[in-house]
Amino acid sequence: MKDSTENLEIEFQHKIDQGYNIEPKDWMPEKYRKTHIRQISQHAHSEIVGMLPEGNWITRAPTLRRKVALLAKVQDEAGHGLYLYSATETLGISRDELIEQLHAGKAKYSSIFNYPTLTWADIGAIGWLVDGAAIINQVMLTRTSYGPYARAMVRICKEESFHQRQGYEIMLTLCNGTEVQKQMAQDALSRWWWPSLMMFGPTDAESTHTELSMKWKIKRKSNDELRQQFIDNTVPQAGILGITIPDKDLKWNEKTGHYDFGEIDWEEFWNVVKGNGPCNKQRLDARRSAYEKGAWVREAASQYAEKQRNKEFTEAN
Amino acid sequence: MKKEWPIWEVFIRSKNGLEHRHVGSLHAADSKMALENARDVYTRRSEGISIWVVESKHITASNPEKSGELFEPAKDKVYRHPTFYNLPDELKHM
Repeated sequence: MKDSTENLEIEFQHKIDQGYNIEPKDWMPEKYRKTHIRQISQHAHSEIVGMLPEGNWITRAPTLRRKVALLAKVQDEAGHGLYLYSATETLGISRDELIEQLHAGKAKYSSIFNYPTLTWADIGAIGWLVDGAAIINQVMLTRTSYGPYARAMVRICKEESFHQRQGYEIMLTLCNGTEVQKQMAQDALSRWWWPSLMMFGPTDAESTHTELSMKWKIKRKSNDELRQQFIDNTVPQAGILGITIPDKDLKWNEKTGHYDFGEIDWEEFWNVVKGNGPCNKQRLDARRSAYEKGAWVREAASQYAEKQRNKEFTEAN
Repeated sequence: MKKEWPIWEVFIRSKNGLEHRHVGSLHAADSKMALENARDVYTRRSEGISIWVVESKHITASNPEKSGELFEPAKDKVYRHPTFYNLPDELKHM
């Protein structure tokens, strides 16, 4: 028995090495399945929880143009959550179990959403930085080995570029506005910069999942590589806005062809991951409350569907 | 009462002349809701002009572990392909 599992594992790794995708009904090591359930559902939860900080500003968007764009973006995040929940369900876990894991605090979501959106400029900074960081990670994931995850990522990446552009446009408008507006943009950058860098996860030296993720082609680039790519992309964009990234060690390195940057406060990162960020409790409470308050709608729809089915059955006979 | 809505598979035709293609799945209480949800989830940017939904439990799928036996009969029938036939190079329009 052990032999046959070993053979299956060798065959599985061979498929991955050859660049084949793994599909839901294919044999896969239990750890591959579990890792994916963890990672894809964490990604799904991030999309759904990510609606909260932005939803906070829908009613206060400064113009109708901004408001429809923000509404569309938040609706997209809901859609992205659904694509990802569906992908997770192909691994043999139910939607209810996934939601339950989130609400019980057993499943994580991206820590960035545990920071508050204090001003309108935060909506700009989130689109520019948070979606920008997410895009770098997600573009890599379009080539991930698990088929349903990769396909969800392709769709998400297509939609996500509008998110970043709308965010940057908000920043640009503020930076070309009054001194107070520009200050507001600067303040948002100052607060969101470091948490955005933390979105890529611990350094390669500290990351416990990287090695296996690379072997199974779940990830194709390490946390540090992705983070560096984000910084290299973003620094010139801040230059166009004329605002300053809050890192005194940030400078171009001729030799490496990359920006050098300062030390990330990993203590803050772990503290937020462990649930002590500014909004962890508020976010989970909001999710739980929405789920509980929607229970009667779900039940009523089930009842109605059942009634209709019975009616059709009776009429048919 | 705690009961999940069933899962539906969604197929979308992007324009006339093309086939419906599987795009993903979703939960819905009945077929009408499945269609409406599919519109909201999978066609927010005019990706389709027609939607099919079918409850996932109605799909019978082949077993990938048995795909060897299942598809084997096609493997040794090279004579089903045009390149199997030896014809002179000067022959045109064939």
